[in-house]
Amino acid sequence: MFLEISAFLVIEKLILVAAILGISLFIAMYSTYAERKLAAFIQDRRGPNRAGIFGILQPLADGGKLFFKEEIIPEYANKFLFILGPALFMITACMTSAVVPWGSTLHIAGRDISLQVADVNIGILYVFGVVSLGVYGIMIGGWASNNKYSLLGTIRAASQIISYELAMGLSLIALLMITGSLSLKDIVEQQSHGVWYIVYQPIGFLIFLVCAFAECNRTPFDLAECDSELVMGFHTEYSSMKLGFYLFAEYINMFISSAVMVTLYFGGYNFPGMHSLHVSPNMLTILGVIAFFIKIFIFLFFFIWVRWTVPRFRYDQLMKLGWKMLIPLAILNLLITGALMLYPHH
Amino acid sequence: METLTNRAKPVDRRPMNFWEKIYLPAVIKGLGITFRHLFKKKATYNFPEQKRPFSPVFRGLHILNRDEEGRERCTACGLCAVACPAEAITMEAAERKPGEEHLYREEKYAARYEINMLRCIFCGFCEEACPKDAIYLTETFAPANYQRKGFIYGKEDLLIPFPPIENQSATEKL
Repeated sequence: MFLEISAFLVIEKLILVAAILGISLFIAMYSTYAERKLAAFIQDRRGPNRAGIFGILQPLADGGKLFFKEEIIPEYANKFLFILGPALFMITACMTSAVVPWGSTLHIAGRDISLQVADVNIGILYVFGVVSLGVYGIMIGGWASNNKYSLLGTIRAASQIISYELAMGLSLIALLMITGSLSLKDIVEQQSHGVWYIVYQPIGFLIFLVCAFAECNRTPFDLAECDSELVMGFHTEYSSMKLGFYLFAEYINMFISSAVMVTLYFGGYNFPGMHSLHVSPNMLTILGVIAFFIKIFIFLFFFIWVRWTVPRFRYDQLMKLGWKMLIPLAILNLLITGALMLYPHH
Repeated sequence: METLTNRAKPVDRRPMNFWEKIYLPAVIKGLGITFRHLFKKKATYNFPEQKRPFSPVFRGLHILNRDEEGRERCTACGLCAVACPAEAITMEAAERKPGEEHLYREEKYAARYEINMLRCIFCGFCEEACPKDAIYLTETFAPANYQRKGFIYGKEDLLIPFPPIENQSATEKL
């Protein structure tokens, strides 16, 4: 049973992988549109409205433009690493989606198809591992550019991601103490009958959210690309689709981190009243997927909303916030969670 | 010291208190402000379809005027070119031949009259300097062009047509 790999399974997983990759690319594409449109609305402007109705074709036009731009590799750049940087960043951004449970199971032709590419029992650790790899994309790209602004951006990105991953991990440990499982599927299933984990872990969620902003290099923590000081930060020297990859991967990261946050704290594909609905299990799964994506879109909106509200932190403020406030807070949260879990037993 | 207006606000340099230090109240307040702006009326005009109304004293593209009988008013005296701080105006004078009295009002006229719209700063000094009421600034602006030479406006671009098309003023036509 365990080693039985049928052709059906391979096909089913391949379709799922292709679908998830396509959907995450599509959503990342339209996040850029949403970003520009919401930015415009917040600033009392109209935003892109020329390409197609309401400017709906704007992402395609942007992508087309990036493809036709001149590809420049600086003369003193390390050519291999210069190309490896954006490729690595893009690959790691796409890899994370493998363990996210997008829905429960579908029953098609007598087979149970799980809407999750791989139910790894250390799912959340996998996510963290791959996200940490993402910083190599930034570091390699920035280093290979042979440009002082890129290097400064790279150093900032690396130290920022390392500092915030710590607080993120600590806030997550408190959650894992409650769930007792590292598998994302288990975490979602635990939330299907009870309450969502945001209720048990409000402080933990807050820390996780702040750190997610930092990990995604989003304003107010976009010190790595900090246009006003570092030209464009680590991708100063990049042009054409290699720049496009960096920008695009950032939106994929945003999408995936929204998905992870929804999975961990907001019940994943569960929605209120799902057990009192009298519909077929397949229908319920589809509704669950829709609920999951609605939650993700709310988070994406929040990401964009915050970007156009909060100005960038200064570098020392960023480090102070990470090391002197978030990490102690996360440890405190850990202690309180542990104490509350032990209390009923005594 | 007396302030110029009563809107000056003293800078608060006190160290941040606890609530300010955790940033969140300020962030939430800011989010509220930006959320309200999502639904506000947009300040942008959709330009080619929608035009911004200009005030009557707006200084836009120039026109060269004609008198009541449709004769060119400009006598190529060169005062506008002298007054122009950007040196955008050049002209060449010519003498009116017998039989051209219906074209030019006085004995001398501008055979060539050019304004470089890339140099022009639309200050309106030419309009003020003109002793013959020949040059006026209108309410339109120079449209975009692909080449620099497209911005050098000659007499054919500047002179208002005669007779005026259906009572339409030259401002609206441009």
